[in-house]
Amino acid sequence: MAGYKPVAIQTYPILGEKITQDTLYWNNYKTPVQIKEFGAVSKVDFSPQPPYNYAVTASSRIHIYGRYSQEPIKTFSRFKDTAYCATFRQDGRLLVAGSEDGGVQLFDISGRAPLRQFEGHTKAVHTVDFTADKYHVVSGADDYTVKLWDIPNSKEILTFKEHSDYVRCGCASKLNPDLFITGSYDHTVKMFDARTNTSVLSVEHGQPVESVLLFPSGGLLVSAGGRYVKVWDMLKGGQLLVSLKNHHKTVTCLCLSSSGQRLLSGSLDRKVKVYSTTAYKVVHSFDYAASILSLALAHEDETIVVGMTNGILSVKHRKSEAKKESLPRRRRPAYRTFIKGKNYMKQRDDILINRPAKKHLELYDRDLKHFRISKALDRVLDPTCTIKTPEITVSIIKELNRRGVLANALAGRDEKEISHVLNFLIRHLSQPRFAPVLINAAEIIIDIYLPVIGQSPVVDKKFLLLQGLVEKEIDYQRELLETLGMMDMLFATMRRKEGTSVLEHTSDGFPENKKIES
Amino acid sequence: MVEKENIRVVRCGGSELNFRRAVFSADSKYIFCVSGDFVKVYSTVTEECVHILHGHRNLVTGIQLNPNNHLQLYSSSLDGTIKLWDYIDGILIKTFTVGCKLHALFTVAQAEDSVFAIVNKEKPDIFQLVSVKLPKSSSQEVEAKELSFVLDYINQSPKCIAFGNEGVYVAAVREFYLSVYFFKKKTTSRFTLSSSRNKKHAKNNFTCVACHPTEDCIASGHMDGKIRLWRNFYDDKKYTYTCLHWHHDMVMDLAFSVTGTSLLSGGRESVLVEWRDATEKNKEFLPRLGATIEHISVSPAGDLFCTSHSDNKIIIIHRNLEASAVIQGLVKDRSIFTGLMIDPRTKALVLNGKPGHLQFYSLQSDKQLYNLDIIQQEYINDYGLIQIELTKAAFGCFGNWLATVEQRQEKETELELQMKLWMYNKKTQGFILNTKINMPHEDCITALCFCNAEKSEQPTLVTASKDGYFKVWILTDDSDIYKKAVGWTCDFVGSYHKYQATNCCFSEDGSLLAVSFEEIVTIWDSITWELKCTFCQRAGKIRHLCFGRLTCSKYLLGATENGILCCWNLLSCALEWNAKLNVRVMEPDPNSENIAAISQSSVGSDLFVFKPSEPRPLYIQKGISREEVQWGVFVPRDVPESFTSEAYQWLNRSQFYFLTKSQSLLTFSTKSPEEKLTPTSKQLLAEESLPTTPFYFILGKHRQLQDEKLNETLENELVQLPLTENIPAVSELLHTPAHVLPSAAFLCSMFVNSLLLSKETKSAKEIPEDVDMEEEKESEDSDEENDFIEKVQDTNNTGLGEDIIHQLSKSEEKELRKFRKIDYSWIAAL
Repeated sequence: MAGYKPVAIQTYPILGEKITQDTLYWNNYKTPVQIKEFGAVSKVDFSPQPPYNYAVTASSRIHIYGRYSQEPIKTFSRFKDTAYCATFRQDGRLLVAGSEDGGVQLFDISGRAPLRQFEGHTKAVHTVDFTADKYHVVSGADDYTVKLWDIPNSKEILTFKEHSDYVRCGCASKLNPDLFITGSYDHTVKMFDARTNTSVLSVEHGQPVESVLLFPSGGLLVSAGGRYVKVWDMLKGGQLLVSLKNHHKTVTCLCLSSSGQRLLSGSLDRKVKVYSTTAYKVVHSFDYAASILSLALAHEDETIVVGMTNGILSVKHRKSEAKKESLPRRRRPAYRTFIKGKNYMKQRDDILINRPAKKHLELYDRDLKHFRISKALDRVLDPTCTIKTPEITVSIIKELNRRGVLANALAGRDEKEISHVLNFLIRHLSQPRFAPVLINAAEIIIDIYLPVIGQSPVVDKKFLLLQGLVEKEIDYQRELLETLGMMDMLFATMRRKEGTSVLEHTSDGFPENKKIES
Repeated sequence: MVEKENIRVVRCGGSELNFRRAVFSADSKYIFCVSGDFVKVYSTVTEECVHILHGHRNLVTGIQLNPNNHLQLYSSSLDGTIKLWDYIDGILIKTFTVGCKLHALFTVAQAEDSVFAIVNKEKPDIFQLVSVKLPKSSSQEVEAKELSFVLDYINQSPKCIAFGNEGVYVAAVREFYLSVYFFKKKTTSRFTLSSSRNKKHAKNNFTCVACHPTEDCIASGHMDGKIRLWRNFYDDKKYTYTCLHWHHDMVMDLAFSVTGTSLLSGGRESVLVEWRDATEKNKEFLPRLGATIEHISVSPAGDLFCTSHSDNKIIIIHRNLEASAVIQGLVKDRSIFTGLMIDPRTKALVLNGKPGHLQFYSLQSDKQLYNLDIIQQEYINDYGLIQIELTKAAFGCFGNWLATVEQRQEKETELELQMKLWMYNKKTQGFILNTKINMPHEDCITALCFCNAEKSEQPTLVTASKDGYFKVWILTDDSDIYKKAVGWTCDFVGSYHKYQATNCCFSEDGSLLAVSFEEIVTIWDSITWELKCTFCQRAGKIRHLCFGRLTCSKYLLGATENGILCCWNLLSCALEWNAKLNVRVMEPDPNSENIAAISQSSVGSDLFVFKPSEPRPLYIQKGISREEVQWGVFVPRDVPESFTSEAYQWLNRSQFYFLTKSQSLLTFSTKSPEEKLTPTSKQLLAEESLPTTPFYFILGKHRQLQDEKLNETLENELVQLPLTENIPAVSELLHTPAHVLPSAAFLCSMFVNSLLLSKETKSAKEIPEDVDMEEEKESEDSDEENDFIEKVQDTNNTGLGEDIIHQLSKSEEKELRKFRKIDYSWIAAL
């Protein structure tokens, strides 16, 4: 014998973005803090060590911000020209930056003046990075060269002249102290080995490379340039794994989430896209006010910092999750109440009787099960239900109509209760998805309460509102039909000979309406 | 198949189980119910049909246990006979010919040699309760013409008659009065309820009556849902009654429990109500029984109840109001919208079942396999409510997909329409809802078909609707990184000059789609959805449309409302032939080129089987049914038949079933009914005699082997066992139930004599051997360990057998006789 079947609640597709785990995760940030810099923010880099300060390179200055500070806690401004690519060392104590005049400068976080100055590049140095052993610095410059510097005696160790255009991006492997990668405007990404003084691998990106990124394991390489983000498998000798084209404009920066599960890319089209690194599908996207030049994620994705061309630095902090725990915990039954009887082993002669699982029913379903129709209707006409989930209210009205008891449920209501119903009708009557059910309900209400109209000013006002609404809707429908007629005529003139092209009418879900007397 | 075959229309399965109250056997092991011309015996535990008692020539109208012998059952039928059955073995014991139509049967323990029956003698609507004296006679056919009149002018239904307090009185109700007849005093008292025209008492009609088994108390059910308990009815003046009121609609049936402590009632609410101590306060409910309760009966042992429902179902209920078993036949109480379909997986017949359900019905076992809940909404059983109807269903992709359409139309403008697509899940072995589409069309859907081509990579569904459009739905993959998901979306919408689309059909290879728009048939390419060509015959709206199959795949057939059957050639785009035939049902055979068409005329329905390539039919059967045939379907056979005659070759691969307006399911068969039924009954007997225990599996195998060996040896000796059946004494002995046989000692010598003194010595010789073998087997059953002895016996036996064949010496014959005398005990055990 089947049990009570709950009322089928009509579900409607949720328009817009689908709610997934990722949207929840990436939307869980506070409103961004905007910090104005002096020029376009070309690089943001987080210190890998606590307290996770970050260095922002903009114009001729490098600002160090604390995690929650809106003012820089430190500034390096001893650059004659534009500074580029301020990068922390792995221990967070040294900072290296290139500059427009071809110099590479090494700073101590606590000091002000540069510790070392590496001279050798003839043109602007756009990329610098520390190698994995912490004692060398790699730099790439517009003079097409890539140089490796020794920190202790500030000397140039190696120079690679394999690129045929500006070297604009690069990064060092986090595992191997001798490996590093550079991307250039000659459309190639090259991997260099300090031990061989030539490049060991070169991949063709197809566009001027704006940004490169090595996965922490060193097995995958991501390059960005033009509208493309490409992922290469280094272990297979630089085979293209996947090519992503999700931006409208040049992709300028790349970043990995702290778990390594998501890849973020920022672009001049003012969007940051989040990809899954398993399926390489876009799972989320952020919008910003201006073209994005730089992007960085803090430890544990606590903060997203985005630098833009208009000099605005946008800082988003993750919402704290501690609040949920603050509620006083209800005292639950002890563990041994749950375990009671559960560990009983069945003896040979025992007959095991399972209690059938109890089906949970919504409150309105419980009422309907016991044929308490008015109560069920009251329950779903409660403002909390009508505002949040009008489809439940409509479904219950529909169900009552199907059972043939809608008139009984609507009858015998006082001023307050009837105004609840009328409020709901006024709000939702004109929605095409609810209209067929609600028009029927409105007709019944008018039939029932016609004799008592004029006794309550509140209800009369509601009826007048409803009448106005219906008249407006009729006018609107008439206009729509007129438009449709005009469009039909236009289509008829354009129509080709084959009778296959079909015009889909918009549903004119509003049938001829009835008069509302009041 | 040597003799001339003859195709007959036979009723197949789906018989009513709820026509009369079901009856329990005394030990509650079996339950009996009337089912058309048969009485069915079901096991109350396993729900399986154990026996079908066939012998009546017309509808069986009543069954009762023989009050003097609980192992026997009386049944009455419209053919004017009362038959006495041994239900355990399924044997007809006696037939009493009464000679007039019997509408119901009652037995009373006190009236030993008579039963009561409802007959109508003079006018068609006047019924009488009579007592029929059953003469004692040993012959099988007995005339029982001695009728004595008891009550006149009663209701036809047996629910309106009840015998009370050990047969002291009988109560009958009709309209507004209750009459009680006292057998001893031979007087009738009559109690009338006010039937005044005022509204309050307007529905006072009696509907059913039941009598308390021990006290003088009569319970009557009424149209308005009241139950009245009558007491003191010995006196016309002092009688009293009390009212019990819970039902809001008519009380359909009442029954007292065996001890009389509680009263059971049921009605349209599908709730079984148990009134304890006949008080209004003390009541228990068993709700959600699924359909209107038609009958309630109580087992004589008092441990079980059962309710018969309008959806052809019997529910067996424990004393503590817990349903324990459901015997479900073909549900037939509502109109069939979906037509007949075959589930490609289970080969079950699929059609509308319970409200909102599709039923899967096994034609082989005459049993409902399962119900699929399509509408998934609480069914409110109330008079005058417009329900959601399941109007269309179709299987696609070899049973992987099922599409259903449900609609509810309250007024002309308010149509609720929903299409659901179900996917078969191999793990759960059932259909799971995949996509739900609200308002797939603006108006009713007239046809639904899947593209069933083998090579099609993407499941495709086409719906045609009265709104003038047909829509093509395809399965699309909308899975993302979070979950895998497939769903159906609309791929193409087509129309033709705003005509209503009436039918749609895919060609066998799925390359063409034919959609009929009223009088016009349009052909569409199923890849590009381009209109290829149109056919128009100006012969009325197209009612049926189908493509030819296999070698005839270039033909398209259409049947119109004006009674024209057209066949178009798709290659030449021209009419190939047409014929004047008022086609009601047109069904293509999935296994051959044949197409069956059933035409309707004023006299009845005729069947035509033809191939599209030629207008001459292969086979014609006139007058297959007197009423309108609504649906038909070809069911592929598991094992192909081999009819040699050309006219019947269309039945080789498939069987044709059809459903008439009164919802009887019919088919064509060449076998005589006896032939058709014997294998099953034999099988049942074999299964019945051996309980399937682990022990059986060990021994059963052994026995089978031995049987085979036995057969081999017998074959070698050119002797057939069934010869024993030719001897009347033996057959009588073996086929009479044990409890009616005289003692074994008395029978034995007669039996043995009959064996030995027959003139044909050969057959006589064989039987003893057979007997010995059986005896030996039994000993083996009982004791496994005496293998050694058995072997010795075995050698003895074979030696004996050979000897007998050669010559039977006198001494040996003596020995044999002695041997037989020793172990006649087994006969009693037979």
